Amino acid sequence: MRYAPCRNEMSILIDQNTKVIIQGITGGEGAFHARQMKEYGTKVVAGVTPGKGGQKFEDVPVFNTVRDAVENTGANASAIFVPPPFAADAIMEAVDAKLETVVCLTEGIPTLDMIAAKQFMKGTNSKLIGPNTPGIISPGKCKIGVMAGYIHIPGRVGVTSRSGTLTYEVVDQLTKLGIGQSSCVGIGGDPIIGLSFVDILKLFEKDKNTDIVIIIGEIGGRAEEEAADFFRKNMSKPVVAFIAGITSPPGRRMGHAGAIVSGGVGGAREKIDTLEKTGITVVKNPAEIGETVARVLAVRKFA
Amino acid sequence: MKIHEYQAKALIQSYGIPIPRGHIAKNPEDTLKAAQAIKKGPFVVKAQVHAGGRGKAGGISIVETPVEAEAFAAEILGTRLITGQSGDEGKPVHTLLVEEALLSKMEVYLGIAIDRSKGCPVILASARGGMEIEKVAEESPGMVITEEVHPAVGLRPFQSSRISYGIQFEGRLVKKMSAIIQNLYRLFIDKDCSLAEINPLVVTRDGEMVALDAKLNFDDYALFRHPDIVALRDLSQENPLEIEASKYNLNYIKLKGNVGCMVNGAGLAMATMDLIKLSGAEPANFLDVGGGATAEMVREGFKLLLFDEEVKVIFINIFGGILRCDTLAKGVVEAAKELSIDLPTVVRLEGTNVAEGRKIFAESGLEFTIASGLGEAASKVALALRGRSVL
Repeated sequence: MRYAPCRNEMSILIDQNTKVIIQGITGGEGAFHARQMKEYGTKVVAGVTPGKGGQKFEDVPVFNTVRDAVENTGANASAIFVPPPFAADAIMEAVDAKLETVVCLTEGIPTLDMIAAKQFMKGTNSKLIGPNTPGIISPGKCKIGVMAGYIHIPGRVGVTSRSGTLTYEVVDQLTKLGIGQSSCVGIGGDPIIGLSFVDILKLFEKDKNTDIVIIIGEIGGRAEEEAADFFRKNMSKPVVAFIAGITSPPGRRMGHAGAIVSGGVGGAREKIDTLEKTGITVVKNPAEIGETVARVLAVRKFA
Repeated sequence: MKIHEYQAKALIQSYGIPIPRGHIAKNPEDTLKAAQAIKKGPFVVKAQVHAGGRGKAGGISIVETPVEAEAFAAEILGTRLITGQSGDEGKPVHTLLVEEALLSKMEVYLGIAIDRSKGCPVILASARGGMEIEKVAEESPGMVITEEVHPAVGLRPFQSSRISYGIQFEGRLVKKMSAIIQNLYRLFIDKDCSLAEINPLVVTRDGEMVALDAKLNFDDYALFRHPDIVALRDLSQENPLEIEASKYNLNYIKLKGNVGCMVNGAGLAMATMDLIKLSGAEPANFLDVGGGATAEMVREGFKLLLFDEEVKVIFINIFGGILRCDTLAKGVVEAAKELSIDLPTVVRLEGTNVAEGRKIFAESGLEFTIASGLGEAASKVALALRGRSVL
């Protein structure tokens, strides 16, 4: 499905003018999602696969290096579908080529590799989304990721999440209620990631066309607590949150490397308490996230 | 990934960190011999299990003679040790570590972990050794010393000596402590640890520093480059269904309920468990087939649910992204045909290739309850469960 670009609407990080390269375009996942992104309307201008420079992926030129791809196409964003042992290097290559937005979809990158990649990014202007993320979508304009485009509709709700499929669930609930989204950003489920909830909240707070933000968090770490602190100090827009994992036993890693409750830190109940204290609306039933947003929006309208 | 204390000790010793003299034993006879080889008592005999809290649970015994060590071995080997961290079913004890019991003047804590918010390794140390560092941090935060390590330049000597002085060591002990910190850090980086802990690290009466206990956890994502570490895995310490799952790269955790769930994505899987609980039922497991699941992985995941005897109803909740709905449907239908299932199965599908996926279920000739939306799925699961308990 293709939406006509709406130039008067804003979004965060990516829009209809974003030119995207796909690192790992000739791999199975890279190829499938390159097609899906093109179909959605994303400007996929190049692919990068070392050793396959000069070939074409459908009508998209393939280059050996990110630098070649950028010099030849003027790309300013990247989607990385590179296997885990090489993915951190792929991130650094994209940052080195000065891409503004780097989205790393790869799951399973060693933590120490990610620490090196983050260190490499210091002092640069690149923004990293992920890894282990479904990516980012500004509905109707651009999608850099693996989410199904058709469940999204353009609108004024910002969504950010540590999870992939749970984000689709929430977006689906919104869309079925006719509530559109400005941008949906998956920050990724790993312990070491690029942009944090706080970074995304800053962008949504500034974005003139976002009215409300949904945070989809989960057990483990302190990302939600930091977001709550930012909300209390710096945000004028309402925030609705859901925290997954209230039934998860402590000490067990729930799939995501980040999702582990240890030593009383990172439990769902503690997170919910912290968020509610700052005035964030926390939804307990995952089936009721869409309705809750609708209610908060309605209250705001008549307030 | 976790390893045993004796394996961790061998590793830290290979990085130049002193450990007590000791041997492992797998039967009472060898336990006797192990103690005799150390010669002088007292001895400490420690059950090797993947769970903390062994001391309180009776998994550690200090004995005066080799014969007493043998007696303790006869008592504990072959049992399951239930500790505060082992889960109700406990962990099987099949190996003991027999060591010289050292008299210490002082016990300290030394640990290395990853600081997620700062994005770097962090060294933790405390003069309050022998207790959990989380407790020390809670009760007397001033007693925990931390040093963040710069990822590019590594742990600098001034940092390790600052920790040593912070613990109030002097003279030769500063050098010894600093060397141990540097060596443990080197191991942490070389082997892609997620946690390295020596607790307690003791100063003996003759002024030596020795690691009385050691714990190393490894980054699962980095195991592909450490076959030596993978070889240390002890499957007896893990749940059999979880082992089966890990063969196919599935994230599976056995829980206590009777609704078997298969979900793609950790977040949605956790939310699905929460939803099941809210509808008054209990999830039997956490099973995330992952974003990039193949039909084979889905088939094996579905089989896991069927192998679990507690499971009365199956709930498949898939929101297709990387995992396409048709891939999922193929896997489930294959497994169902192969095993001729008779459990009520509620399927909720959305996302990439959903139409193809639903078609595969519809044309399978098998009975699936199809739900759209989480709310509807939850009530259909609850309904199926009630139907099941009536039968």
